Amino acid sequence: MLAGEAGSATPEYMAQLRQRFGLDQPVLVQLALYMKNMVALDLGFSFRYNMPVLTLILNRLGPTLLLMGVTLVLSVGAGVTLGILAASRAKRWRDTLISILALVSYATPLFWIGLMLVVVFSLKLDWLPTSGMETVAAFHEGWSRVLDIARHLILPAVTLSLFYMALYTRLMRAAMLEQAGMDYVTTARAKGLSEGRITLAHVVRNAVLPVVTVAGVQLGGLLGGSIVVESVFAWPGLGFLAFQALFARDFNLLLGIFFLSASLVVVVNLGVDLLYTFLDPRIQV
Amino acid sequence: MPGFWRRLLGNRSALIGLVILAVVGVTAAAAPFLFPGSPFRRVDRPFQPPFGAHLFGTDVLGRNVAAGLAHGARTSLMIGILATTVAVLVGTLIGATAGYYGGRLDDVLMRTTEFFQTIPTFLFAIILVAILAPSIRSIVIAIAVVSWPGVARLVRGEFLAMRHREFVHACIGLGMSDRRVIFRHVLPNCLSPIIVTGSLTVATAILIESALSFLGLGDPNVMSWGFMIGSGRTFLRTAWWLCTIPGMAILVTVLAINLLGEGLNDTLNPRLRNS
Repeated sequence: MLAGEAGSATPEYMAQLRQRFGLDQPVLVQLALYMKNMVALDLGFSFRYNMPVLTLILNRLGPTLLLMGVTLVLSVGAGVTLGILAASRAKRWRDTLISILALVSYATPLFWIGLMLVVVFSLKLDWLPTSGMETVAAFHEGWSRVLDIARHLILPAVTLSLFYMALYTRLMRAAMLEQAGMDYVTTARAKGLSEGRITLAHVVRNAVLPVVTVAGVQLGGLLGGSIVVESVFAWPGLGFLAFQALFARDFNLLLGIFFLSASLVVVVNLGVDLLYTFLDPRIQV
Repeated sequence: MPGFWRRLLGNRSALIGLVILAVVGVTAAAAPFLFPGSPFRRVDRPFQPPFGAHLFGTDVLGRNVAAGLAHGARTSLMIGILATTVAVLVGTLIGATAGYYGGRLDDVLMRTTEFFQTIPTFLFAIILVAILAPSIRSIVIAIAVVSWPGVARLVRGEFLAMRHREFVHACIGLGMSDRRVIFRHVLPNCLSPIIVTGSLTVATAILIESALSFLGLGDPNVMSWGFMIGSGRTFLRTAWWLCTIPGMAILVTVLAINLLGEGLNDTLNPRLRNS
């Protein structure tokens, strides 16, 4: 592949390439070498970028974490709020409206909603930038740079949030309705607490637990979604890197991203378990 | 079974889902008759707007968008159903074994399942397709590989709940083989949650397939909705319909499957049925 692009493929050059990539070794030896290096966090070398894979990935980690963090906050926040709003007026028009909204967002392909948002907000209304993370040519400094990045962040974050927001809305609504029938709610009502206080102080605290669990579990999915969204918006993160690696047939890089994101998911799941004990003191570590 | 169909058709969301799916299914089945020839064939000048000479206009190479849509429906439905079948079969087999036998075997199988669940789904699918080279077969394999763990866990849970019920003990006491107990007696009792999950897996499979082919990992010889959006993406400014229309097709199909799944859940779930 590389040889083809270089324009000449003499046998000597091919042999040299093979040796450089270690392809002259048996497959099992190659695998063992890769495993050994992985333990030492050496993810190999990206021959496309002429850089170690780890450096490349760490460079791109920041934007992805920013995007994922904002998305997580946005989707959980909006999902929980909508879930509460829907459950507090179950079977009324507000509930129906929110449920339909959730159902539709749940069925929408991420990349498509991203493109449609670009059509509406960037091309027709010209409010927001179509792609990238900042306006490079403008050389913004300090706060204006933060503002510039925030403007670029809106569309990818909203796109990625919609699907998960729908998921959390449905979960939150179901959990709220389930909790509302519990004995402690009757007790609280008998104590003479107002409905608003019962909902906020008692029901929501219990109902939010499943949402947190699923949000943790879905993090891997969020990472997968960010590949699509980042390549739609050319957001310079891990997902976009994976997309480029895919087309450059840069498998070292692709596997490195894969390995790192799997580790990230494990770490986050651990974090969610710890968060659980904080939210619900009944659960012991 | 007639009672089941009556209840299902009485369920509003299931009915809507079924009707939409029937339309998509008929379009997919009739594609070779409605639009004979390859959907990659050029039929007119490029960038014809929709509702002109062609129902949904033409794309950058003058291909008929409506033809692509109909042939794409075949691809989406086929991959969705095939991948789900494989995932449900594998998941049921592993979940049933783990739940029925328990013990060490259960531990090993469940740890394996959890391992597969930890890996970010979509990234895993991308890597599988990239390594296996894009084709219908590798896409089906990739989607099945990322979808079976959910089914396996569900089936295991159901089997665990059934394992010590009296009828199972009675079967064993009668001297039935394990295989007969599992397939003839326990499995039919777990069928309804499997059907519901299966129907929702079809929806997810279609979404994964469209995202894969959007990224250019689709089978290059087969028209698909994701591919149409991906190739129309560059012309968003001049020809919005190239992306909008296939996207609507995906949205409507997936929505219909989800509605049907929800309806199935309401009809098949005995706890909800009585309330």
